[in-house]
Amino acid sequence: MSASPLLRLSQLTKSFGGVMAVNQVSFDVDHGTIVGLIGPNGAGKTTVFNLITGNYRPDSGEILFDGRNIVNMRTNRIVTLGIARTFQTIRLFQNMSALENVLAGCHCRMRSGAIGAMLRLPWQKREERQALEIAVGELEFVGLRSQLDQAARNLSYGNQRLLEIARALATKPRFLILDEPAGGMNDYETQVLVDLINQIRERGITVLLIEHDMNLVMKICEKLVVLEYGVMIAQGAPMEIQKDQRVIDAYLGAPDDDEDEDF
Amino acid sequence: MKPATIINVLVVATLLVAPYWLNAYWVDVLNSIGIYAVLALSLNVILGYAGLFHMGHAAFFAVGTYTTAILNTQFGIPVLWLMPLSGLTAGFFALLVARPIIHLRGDYLLIVTIGIVEIVRIALVNNVFGITGGSNGIFGINRPELFGYVIRTPHEFYYLIFGFAAITVLLFLRLENSRFGRALNYIREDDVAAEGSGIDAAHYKLVAFVLGAFWAGMAGTIFAAKMTIVSPQSFTFWESVVMFTIVILGGSGNIRGVLLGAFLIVGLPEVFREFAGARMLVFGAAMILMMIFRPKGILPAQPRTYNLDFLAGPRGGGK
Ligand SMILES: Nc1ncnc2c1ncn2[C@@H]1O[C@H](COP(=O)(O)OP(=O)(O)OP(=O)(O)O)[C@@H](O)[C@H]1O
Ligand SMILES: [Mg+2]
Repeated sequence: MSASPLLRLSQLTKSFGGVMAVNQVSFDVDHGTIVGLIGPNGAGKTTVFNLITGNYRPDSGEILFDGRNIVNMRTNRIVTLGIARTFQTIRLFQNMSALENVLAGCHCRMRSGAIGAMLRLPWQKREERQALEIAVGELEFVGLRSQLDQAARNLSYGNQRLLEIARALATKPRFLILDEPAGGMNDYETQVLVDLINQIRERGITVLLIEHDMNLVMKICEKLVVLEYGVMIAQGAPMEIQKDQRVIDAYLGAPDDDEDEDF
Repeated sequence: MKPATIINVLVVATLLVAPYWLNAYWVDVLNSIGIYAVLALSLNVILGYAGLFHMGHAAFFAVGTYTTAILNTQFGIPVLWLMPLSGLTAGFFALLVARPIIHLRGDYLLIVTIGIVEIVRIALVNNVFGITGGSNGIFGINRPELFGYVIRTPHEFYYLIFGFAAITVLLFLRLENSRFGRALNYIREDDVAAEGSGIDAAHYKLVAFVLGAFWAGMAGTIFAAKMTIVSPQSFTFWESVVMFTIVILGGSGNIRGVLLGAFLIVGLPEVFREFAGARMLVFGAAMILMMIFRPKGILPAQPRTYNLDFLAGPRGGGK
């Protein structure tokens, strides 16, 4: 691990009315690791993600990405810096094709604008081709190349989750955050997802994920961060977390608690 | 040849020779259709591609028209030279008024943009800066001159207007099939997801407004030249409604649909002139039925196709 982490949250706080959704949360994500963010429903996990991606502004605290404070930056700027995400409730462009969904991710690495498009200059055409190549490549990576013509809404739930990952990867991120990527997937699809996340790490992309599937989390994360009522109650290696009495009481307690997921 | 290509060729050929068989009155109707078609195509960038409920397009049209009228009558600048300048003025005006309202959604944006048309119209009636001629408007705009040839008759205007419309169609087709066109569609579909994918939604919405206004402003130049007299009556809220209806009814986001919409909305009432009183009733009923049975317009937007033949690998073709 290099000395400074890729992402550092310090004393991050966000409240909605009276609810302290995230309360003084601090943790690091090191380069090249897969970190899991876990906790019961309503613990504030998704809120942490929305703070990182600039969808919400924190009340206080700092978010350092590669040493740079990204608080108050706009979401699209943060994406351009190299943070990509997926959503807990799938947010694809439902009426557009799988290919075009992934092309959305390519957008921030392209430059041609309205005038370039109307004049159709050679470099603009070249850029368009490169984008198509990248998009098809990412679809291939997640195993959806054969469905690139399909409208997103016609894909199965599991494939929609994969498509969101492909779109996120097309932004060329250094850091990928996945909000319940296995939500709604069957066992087979989850296994494919585990392999995929490992491959993403092999591409040099650091991963932070929220997941209720403890099996998956224990298998792929080298570090876990546990939230309860907006407060971080533990962090560490999965084996330690499994034995942590507070975590067992708060979350792991009843083995195999299936929850429903909603934004 | 594909059926679509055959239809394209037939339509273009018909449009090229149509004035030959038509008298000045009907050519003038076609000229109106042509101007509305350009206006609706420019509105389509905002309303169709980006999904922004903008019902104030007549305001941008007015700014362009008056820019041409004022500069031509005051300084004698040739009308067609004023086309880019009128576009820029309208675009700049759009930048000013759209910036503070760009974050509004759906019906809220609709109401505010309606307000903009009224403000512009009232400003023109009240002779702002003493240069708009009040409710009488401005007289004596010069005829346009192209390569030393003065354009006067409806038949001559026809080729100017439809030439401009053709260029508009070609450029907007390219726009639609580009990074820019896609970005507007992503924003229309889900602007949170678009921003989460790295697209600056606010910026693109603003550019859509400016570009749409720029084109409406250029259409204003041709309108001013065709009328030689401009007055505030030409830029009422009703004009905005007509443009809006052309886009929604024809097929929001689809260039063919918008063109067809212009022919139907502007052309049909002329064809059924004999039925005078009843025609608006029939027209209204037809629109209601349309919205029930084809809510996405007569010709809904089609998914883009991509040629992926240049890619190596197991599956080359896009379609
Ligand atoms: N936009 C919002 N407005 C008001 N309250 C919110 C908002 N977003 C989240 N909350 C509240 O903040 C708390 C944390 O919600 P969050 O979605 O972050 O939980 P979570 O850990 O992701 O839960 P889950 O596992 O169910 O997805 C909840 O009490 C929730 O109701
Ligand atoms: Mg959540």
